[in-house]
Amino acid sequence: MDWSPMLISLKTASLSIIITFFVGIFASRWVVGMKSDKLRIIIDGVLTMPLVLPPTVVGFFILLILGVKRPIGKFLLEFLSVKIVFSWTATVIAAVVVSFPLMYRSARGAFEQVDKTLIMAARTLGMSERSIFWRIMMPIALPGVASGGVLSFARGLGEFGATAMIAGNIANKTRTLPLAIYSEVAAGNMEGAYGYVAVVLIVSFVVLSLMNYFTLKGRKYTKYTNKDEVK
Amino acid sequence: MKKCISVVLIICLVFSLAGCSDKSASKQAIDATTNNNAAEITEEAAAPAAKEETILIAAAASLKNCVSDELIPMFETKYPNIKVDATYDSSGKLQTQIEEGADVDVFMSAAMKQMNALDEKELMVTDSIVKLLENKIVLIVPKDSDKNITSFEDILKADTIAVGDPESVPAGQYAKETFENLKIWDQVTIKSSLGTNVTEVLNWVAEGSADAGVVYATDAASNENIQVVAEAPEGSVSKVIYPVGIVKASEKQESAKLFIEFLHSEEAMSVFEKYGFIAVR
Repeated sequence: MDWSPMLISLKTASLSIIITFFVGIFASRWVVGMKSDKLRIIIDGVLTMPLVLPPTVVGFFILLILGVKRPIGKFLLEFLSVKIVFSWTATVIAAVVVSFPLMYRSARGAFEQVDKTLIMAARTLGMSERSIFWRIMMPIALPGVASGGVLSFARGLGEFGATAMIAGNIANKTRTLPLAIYSEVAAGNMEGAYGYVAVVLIVSFVVLSLMNYFTLKGRKYTKYTNKDEVK
Repeated sequence: MKKCISVVLIICLVFSLAGCSDKSASKQAIDATTNNNAAEITEEAAAPAAKEETILIAAAASLKNCVSDELIPMFETKYPNIKVDATYDSSGKLQTQIEEGADVDVFMSAAMKQMNALDEKELMVTDSIVKLLENKIVLIVPKDSDKNITSFEDILKADTIAVGDPESVPAGQYAKETFENLKIWDQVTIKSSLGTNVTEVLNWVAEGSADAGVVYATDAASNENIQVVAEAPEGSVSKVIYPVGIVKASEKQESAKLFIEFLHSEEAMSVFEKYGFIAVR
């Protein structure tokens, strides 16, 4: 079995989760803190879009932005000689865009569940907004944020549609696990696909177990705060 | 918290389902037509006088434009009681679908390989298989390419090359054969993005994502954003033959036979020629 699709997928998903994790947290913090509800609804819709759009449509939009005949793609190619499409970077971009909403939604949900009284208490004690976020909201929301991260990682690992459109299917370069499986099945080579499918199944199972673990931790914590409130 | 996780899980589930539908879309299309057929068969039982049938054609992606835009409407006007549905994909994928029992009546492949494979498994009506068309293999580049690629030998000037996956796409097999004869396949393969059908290859080049690609002359004729720079050198590649045949499991052999006869007619052939094919006589 050729291991390169697994390595490529792993590298892609790892880098994309780092980007998604932080961008997702900041985006959700930004949206949660918004004053205007109308604006929040619009921004939230835009940020969640890639989750509900077919990945091929996401790929289409990325191509419209970064394709070598489109303004930004052309600029990058002509002035920086960077060609994004059909490069490994493109697999990361596809994975980031597609997995971002999962991270953002989970983090947003987790932040919104943080008890407001704690934040207000911190404000009365003169804590800055930044340290309130990092030292109060973040630790409380961590289980939700972490499970969002795990989910996004899995989503990035499984990204297919947008990747095929903007990164192509170049062996040892942009051929990720899902593309390898697709190619093997298209060629009628079921035996070749089994190995890859097994890897995907194992990784998905581990990821879901991790999710459950975080959920469990989160529940314990909620109980604990509930008890506190009763006191 | 719990609520949030369950929402995330539901979203996740929905997503995974959406992912499934992506790949099984064509199969669903076939299933849908099966249902159609079932409905029509019952109707037929009620009124045996007008024998209305729907046949399903599985055709190579490169046949899509001429078959769907011209030939099917022509056939349906000629035989008003026969309706024709069609599904288009790479011949290898169609082969797999027919093996898996897709309800296809007529198979139009872009190479003998897939047709022969099905015939060997006794899934085709052997006598019905005929060589219908010939196509050419050409090298294409994006319209305003500055890579100065003018022949198959020049292809190594490209940074990325789009070819069909030789494992499943006939156009890819021909491309591989051509480059093997030129003794550059090993270098080409490193730079190659392998498309799972020929239309994907065409679009990669049309968008400029790939610097060059190998497709059929007929595909090249269908897209304005590319230019043909060379035909595969004579003798470097075997003839590209499109065979057609009736699937053994088909319950509409008569209609299928009529369709194949129609494909051989002068009027159908002139349509094929308009789209860049050459008739095999």
